[in-house]
Amino acid sequence: MKSAVIVFPASNCDRDMAVALEKIFGEKPAMVWHGEATIPDVDFIALPGGFSYGDYLRSGAMAARSPVMAEVIKRANDGVSVFGVCNGFQVLTESGLLPGALMRNAGLKFICKDAYLKVENNQTRFTNKYEAGEVVRYPVAHHDGNYFADADTLKALEENNQVVYRYVDAEGNATPEANINGSQNNIAGIINKAGNVLGMMPHPERLIEHDLGGDDGRALFESAIAALANA
Amino acid sequence: MKARVHVTLKAGVLDPQGKAIRHSLGSLGFDGVEKVRQGKYIELDLAETDKDKAMAAVDEMCRKLLANTVIENYSIELD
Repeated sequence: MKSAVIVFPASNCDRDMAVALEKIFGEKPAMVWHGEATIPDVDFIALPGGFSYGDYLRSGAMAARSPVMAEVIKRANDGVSVFGVCNGFQVLTESGLLPGALMRNAGLKFICKDAYLKVENNQTRFTNKYEAGEVVRYPVAHHDGNYFADADTLKALEENNQVVYRYVDAEGNATPEANINGSQNNIAGIINKAGNVLGMMPHPERLIEHDLGGDDGRALFESAIAALANA
Repeated sequence: MKARVHVTLKAGVLDPQGKAIRHSLGSLGFDGVEKVRQGKYIELDLAETDKDKAMAAVDEMCRKLLANTVIENYSIELD
């Protein structure tokens, strides 16, 4: 499966993402610099974690207006799979590809640990290899992961099953204690209405093999392969 | 012409930083502060001399980059 990783100045999870994509998709992804106006013909575009342009103004704000993002938006509108992790999720909301915004964590601290998540929707091209309601463990590492959207947007997200991942406890309960960053409705990841753009704060690409502590993240990328094969 | 832009969080959007500032003020002995909301101030020097055109341009800048209208309001002053 052909893929590309967009690289912004200060992206630092781009190589983790590239390793995951190469291992699971079986082909090295194209690494595309933020100043490029074109992206190779690929089936899957990843926006990695880290920072971008110093995250000046707001996290992801500058990156969302970079030359390469105009092309990412165009590809997304053509139906190509676009997957944003952490800073990539922030770039997706800032660019308007996903609704809402990511604000400073409610506790104000940078959070770096593993978190339990519930797969709320396994009928997407990114999650079809997970069981419905499956509880997974992905690493999180962010300062601005507190998901906010207005009441109408939240209602629409819930009604359309666009909330794909929620922060939960080990038993799968979306409790206030499990909501590590104060996100509305414990939201950890959402998909667009068309079903081809997924953004999430946790890092599935960091947990794809047992030697690294687990492989809960692997099925996300395998889902993308299965979805493409069935398309 | 100078444009002064204030960007503030919309009412109803949680401001954890504002809350932390209020807490710190309290520990310094400033007890009467009931609420703190933190925002941004951006100053722009513009080549434009027509006030209406400058206002329209800065308004567009706010909508496209300076503010995230999902969570923020903005106000513009020109002089």
